[in-house]
Amino acid sequence: MGLILSSFTVFARGVYQTDQDFLTEVFNNSVPKSKVVWMKADLASTVAELLGHKYAGLRIRYWRNEQRSAWILEEIGKEKPITFGIVVAEGKIENIKVLAFRESRGGEIRHPAFTQQFKLVQLDDMQLDRNIDGVSGATLSVRAMTVVARLALYLDKFTG
Amino acid sequence: MAILKKTVVAMSVMVAVSSVQAATPSNEEMWVLLQQVQQQLTDVQQQNNQLLVENQSLKTKVEQTEKTVLEANETVEALAETTEQAVKAVSTSANNTTIGGYGELHYNNLEDEDGDKTKKVDFHRFVLFFAHEFNDRLRLFSELELEHSIAGESQNGEIELEQAYIEYDISSQYRVKGGLFLTPVGIINETHEPATFYGTERNNVEKHIIPATWWEAGAMFSGEIAQGFSYDVAISSGLDVSKEGTKSTYKIRDGRQKVSQALADDLAYTGRLKWTGLPGIELAATVQYQEDITQSQDPTAGSATLFETHAVIQRGDFGLRALYAIWDLDGEGPKADGYDEQTGWYVEPSYRINEYFGVFTRYSEWDNQAGNAVDSEYDQFDLGVNWWPHEDVVVKLDYQNQDKPANGESDGFNVGLGYQF
Repeated sequence: MGLILSSFTVFARGVYQTDQDFLTEVFNNSVPKSKVVWMKADLASTVAELLGHKYAGLRIRYWRNEQRSAWILEEIGKEKPITFGIVVAEGKIENIKVLAFRESRGGEIRHPAFTQQFKLVQLDDMQLDRNIDGVSGATLSVRAMTVVARLALYLDKFTG
Repeated sequence: MAILKKTVVAMSVMVAVSSVQAATPSNEEMWVLLQQVQQQLTDVQQQNNQLLVENQSLKTKVEQTEKTVLEANETVEALAETTEQAVKAVSTSANNTTIGGYGELHYNNLEDEDGDKTKKVDFHRFVLFFAHEFNDRLRLFSELELEHSIAGESQNGEIELEQAYIEYDISSQYRVKGGLFLTPVGIINETHEPATFYGTERNNVEKHIIPATWWEAGAMFSGEIAQGFSYDVAISSGLDVSKEGTKSTYKIRDGRQKVSQALADDLAYTGRLKWTGLPGIELAATVQYQEDITQSQDPTAGSATLFETHAVIQRGDFGLRALYAIWDLDGEGPKADGYDEQTGWYVEPSYRINEYFGVFTRYSEWDNQAGNAVDSEYDQFDLGVNWWPHEDVVVKLDYQNQDKPANGESDGFNVGLGYQF
């Protein structure tokens, strides 16, 4: 089974890291029990404001220990959902990664040269406190990453 | 007196006797008392038993409630999971076929140095994208465009199929496409939605030299050499500047066959290198070689080579676009009128004031007959503003001043409204 799963990961287009591998890496093998935050009325409207559209799910799952929280969030770039893994510590982005990319354009956003711009970024009045330079031809993927970074920062505070 | 004393003594004895009698009840009284106590004990015991029963029943109820809550939790969890998966499944299956599009309405108000005015309003482009994903690796992308609102016999506009290709991902680093696709050259040829560039009209260098929008039919292989460093190589149909056998001006833009019963005697070979290794920066260069720029219709035309390079920089609020392109037509035919060299360049700095407004200026030069000494060069200065009420909607206002080789100068302003989705 493990072999089938791992070969699936290799050949599935644009799956760069599985959710489980991401969490194991973030929490150094002792992944805390997951929690959920429900999209109740007030929160749902704030989340919609952050995303620029309504959140499609009923709740968002997250993992938290004393030091940091980890979020696995999906957002559509142009046509397909991109899966992001985000780590928040002390209200700042510690790390953001593309776990799976399914769009036909804009895959450059997964490169560290791009993602490192998000390091230590925090929320300032619902916006990121720093300008994020885009990738030519990847405007919508860049937009998706910016949006999930904002959402993770907000939810970290909301649930913290 | 003695009698009185006796009486007092007797009374005292009686009182004493009666008080002794009250402190120690008789056996009968004791029996009654005992029975009473016994009854009370029985009552208490009964009450106790009743409480025990009630307690037990409460305990059972609490346990039942706990169980119900747990079950309810599990039900909610299962319900949420199912709902989310259902929503996802529906949206994923619906997402296999997607539509998109863009459009732009232009108003031009220009005046040349003789005082001749041109005032026009034109829904320049109405475009629909249709894409379909056959599976994770195989997809169709298409773009259908209506230019100038009405197409047909003696109408200004036309309906054009600008893209229709099948793309296959060999791996996450390599992909191949076949069909009708945009030539990988320049800045706006592949990305030309109105909200992505400054100025109502597209720049003239890419229009007259590259010539955008330019599409051909063929096959293209794309790969990634390193992070942010990619290449494309294509074999495709080419231009025909001969106008179906009649010797034309050799002007590059007139050679677009638009894959409409296009002559395919001679192919075009295109290669592009693109670097996007740093956020906000794109550097690219394209070379194209065509064996015969007239599809062997004109023996004097010869081969043609295009070289194009550009930079797109957007760092923080500052932007800069710069592009240089040159065609070299090899034959004697083009050489006779200076068409052997067709070249142009532009530079466009811009500044994003805030989320909604950005300003730009552009200087461009282009010449489709640069191969001889006759002055045939155009240059143009543009200055304008883009207003994005939404990131996908744009209103544009710009001033342009053009120097023409023949008619001298013209200037005026343009207003545009554009959208994409």
